[in-house]
Amino acid sequence: MNGSAYFRMRLRGILRKEVLQILRDPSSILLAIVMPMVMLFLFGYGVSLDAENVPIAVVTGDRGPAARELAARFSLSRYFKSHTATSMAAAEKTMTEGTVEGIVHLQQGFSSDLATRHQAKVQVIVNGIDANRARLVLGYAGGVLEKWGAVRRARGEPAAVPAVVIRPRIWFNAAADSRNFLVPGLITLIMTLTGVLLTALVVAREWERGTMEAILVTPIRRLDLLLGKVLPYYVLGMMGMVLSVVVGMLLFGVPFRGSFAALFFLSSLFMLASMGLGLFVSAAIRAQFAAAQISILAGFLPALFLSGLLFDLGSTPRFIQILSYVVPARYFVAISHTLFMAGDVWSVLLPNALALAFMAVLFIALAYRKITKRLEG
Amino acid sequence: MTDRSSIPAPADPEPVLAVRDLKKEFPLKKRPAVKALRGVSFDARAGQVTGLVGADGAGKTTLIRTAAGLLAPTAGTVTVLGLDSAADSIEIQSRVGYMPQKFGLYQDLTVEENMALYADLRGVPVAERKARYRILLQMTDLSAFTKRRAGALSGGMKQKLGLACALIKSPKMLLLDEPTVGVDPVSRRELWKIVYEMVEKEGIGVLLSTAYLDEAERCQHVVVLHEGAMLAEGAPATFREQVAGRTFLVDPPSGVKPREIQMRIAGQERILDATIRSGRVRVVTAEADKSPIIDSLSGPWHAEVENAPPTFEDAFMATIPQAHRIDLSKPAQTSTSAEKHGTGEVVVQTRDLTKRFGDFTAVKGITFEVRRAEIFGLLGPNGAGKSTTFRMLCGLLPNTAGEISVAGQNLRRSRSRARSRLGYMAQQFSMYGQISVEENLRFYGRAYGLSRKRLQKRLQWAYEEFGLDRWRDKAAGQLPGGYKQRLAMAAALLHEPEILFLDEPTSGVDPLARREFWLRINGFAQQGVTVVVTTHFMEESEYCDRMLIMSMGKTLAMGTPAEIRTLARTEKNPAPTIDDAFVALAEGTISGNDATPAADLQGDDP
Repeated sequence: MNGSAYFRMRLRGILRKEVLQILRDPSSILLAIVMPMVMLFLFGYGVSLDAENVPIAVVTGDRGPAARELAARFSLSRYFKSHTATSMAAAEKTMTEGTVEGIVHLQQGFSSDLATRHQAKVQVIVNGIDANRARLVLGYAGGVLEKWGAVRRARGEPAAVPAVVIRPRIWFNAAADSRNFLVPGLITLIMTLTGVLLTALVVAREWERGTMEAILVTPIRRLDLLLGKVLPYYVLGMMGMVLSVVVGMLLFGVPFRGSFAALFFLSSLFMLASMGLGLFVSAAIRAQFAAAQISILAGFLPALFLSGLLFDLGSTPRFIQILSYVVPARYFVAISHTLFMAGDVWSVLLPNALALAFMAVLFIALAYRKITKRLEG
Repeated sequence: MTDRSSIPAPADPEPVLAVRDLKKEFPLKKRPAVKALRGVSFDARAGQVTGLVGADGAGKTTLIRTAAGLLAPTAGTVTVLGLDSAADSIEIQSRVGYMPQKFGLYQDLTVEENMALYADLRGVPVAERKARYRILLQMTDLSAFTKRRAGALSGGMKQKLGLACALIKSPKMLLLDEPTVGVDPVSRRELWKIVYEMVEKEGIGVLLSTAYLDEAERCQHVVVLHEGAMLAEGAPATFREQVAGRTFLVDPPSGVKPREIQMRIAGQERILDATIRSGRVRVVTAEADKSPIIDSLSGPWHAEVENAPPTFEDAFMATIPQAHRIDLSKPAQTSTSAEKHGTGEVVVQTRDLTKRFGDFTAVKGITFEVRRAEIFGLLGPNGAGKSTTFRMLCGLLPNTAGEISVAGQNLRRSRSRARSRLGYMAQQFSMYGQISVEENLRFYGRAYGLSRKRLQKRLQWAYEEFGLDRWRDKAAGQLPGGYKQRLAMAAALLHEPEILFLDEPTSGVDPLARREFWLRINGFAQQGVTVVVTTHFMEESEYCDRMLIMSMGKTLAMGTPAEIRTLARTEKNPAPTIDDAFVALAEGTISGNDATPAADLQGDDP
């Protein structure tokens, strides 16, 4: 047999072993398939950056038709769940208790003021503890008022007319549904988890169980060791990715406007970069517990906070932005947001793809250098 | 690969391994480097088993790992099959078989799949595999288990599978790191049989490390390592000759326990070693003169002393430098409250003790009792149910059926009251590694509710008794192996328990530390402490007053060491050891029930 036949035989052996282990040890499947699904459901259903059915108290000190109509508008809006409060004091009490998040106060004389002076005051009070949410609630309240005004104007009735009317149009995520933004980002997180954590754990496990020591004293080459881990877990990770995309599209109705070929190619780059990081961690750290900690610190947390997945990186301090350039997830979040919501915009995809390709090569090369056939690091 | 048939057979077999002035240091942060090997030189030859013998920390594993190319020497060289271990490690790794100390096979893969993996990694041609598998499976007796996952094999079967995988491509040299550690006697014998077969049939050279001194006798050549240095090498017979005329057997007079005799002899001037073997005390003296023994046995202790043929173990004990030997002269002292009580009272009792885990019955109706100041041994191979029985006795695991009472307390009802009267030393090192010896002891003292004054007194006792004084401020995790065990035992004894439970206390402990340990246990028993101990070292059961041999959750036999030995007495083997008896019991060639009549089990209270 020549060298390449030996190589193929060794590789076949080590791949078969890895596949059997994945199939028999539930922890790999758990981490690669079940955990992504759990995260998808948690984020998809549990975390929403939108506000709907916000409980508010509507206090009407006026019995006129205009006031009644406006109050009805609030109770009809899908953004609010309005409760009628008899007095301002009662409304303030419910606000302090936290049962409502805002108060809409129509003062006495609202209808008559409107009829006579063509102008009336509406007081809107919002719980500002969660600043983001407060702004959302205020925005929705403004929307309700505006709609009410527009209807009144159409009927030729007096209404407060703003000097400039804004006609908003939201691009890419027309429904302004935060889920459309979260789910593609989440796929980045899921792939980081499989790529970094799973890869680091399976190598550290071999050190811990002593199987690595036994394997090292065979003619196995460093390349065999590397490929033996990269190939099976690449496939497993990509399966998790595909599953997440399918669930995201079918269950959460997230649009996908790019091409699947681009998604496959670009996510492969990201997967390899993540796995390179995972292998590098595991080549340096040979205990499962420590490897898990380091991969969460070096992989998961940056992917969550420094990738633009939850927060827009543009509004973070300068040094955080600079730091984010070394996080592979940053590039893939940009890619997946583009692919899902805009399409194959190569002017965005290409620079990010290049960055990922560079990181994949760098991390895998580092891991290869770090893999040793000796017991001493 | 060279064509061996063209080379004329040499008179002295060629060396397959040449170690030359090998030094290996492991650098540490802030502290001086650990010198694992301090200049070792020897040869191992083809067609021979070369044994690396020594206590923990002798450097056995480091040496084997260096030969396997897993570690690079700090200085000196290791040449394996003519190749340098540091430069040509890949070439060496394709020609040697290696079995690490820790089981290194994949638990989730079956026997067959593990073998296939190693055949792939070692490039065994597919056409040759079937025949090779058949030979190896037959040799290891694993033919019936090819579809079983490695993780579900017994300890002995795992080791045999490891050996089969190391032999998958007829290696020229086999490196085995403590292949028999933690393996029951039956499997140990089988492993040795396989090794011999390979040496004879395929003429390979074997380098094998072991802490079992009796196994050294099975090697053609023995290298004794001690703290990184080579003390001696030669054939086992050469070692034995050195102590010829210096080994004696002492027969205890009737009514005197062998361990009482042993304690009187051990540690006397010009006595190098004293152990219990098959009911008698085996002594090695500094010169060919038995007077030091006779001098130490006066009056009621007077006993017959006869010359005995020397063994390798005798020679090993005589080889270990005096300065490194443990001081056996100071008898163990403890001031336990048990002194107040008389002996003979039953302190631990079980009746039909049963434990089921789901469908699996780990312990099936075990009945025994232990009397005050007895040393009671629970023996058996891995998976026999020893640890489960033990955990039930300590109240760590509820029993499914049957009854247990410990120190007169029913464990089901008054667990904590019973616990305050017992001390427990777990199999694994259970001290806090990051904090100092003193802090560990203080913690355990407080956990047992010792008053400040009493704790101070007990700490002082622990330092003196266990020689822990100079390690006081050292982090427990950094203690040498033997001292870790001492610390764990000191912690278990701080609250002066009446009953001491020791789970595999000597597992992974070297022969020197084991001797010291048993001496101490004997001391405690003499002061009235009841000791229940599990072990898989059959020779250690000689230190027990009575023992119970378990296998697959059932009692195989129970009785005194003498009674157990008698079970295996045959015409061919008139003086069997406990080991022989165990093998015969496990194989079912003899039955233990005859030796332990029901009356003995029930035991009338005196």
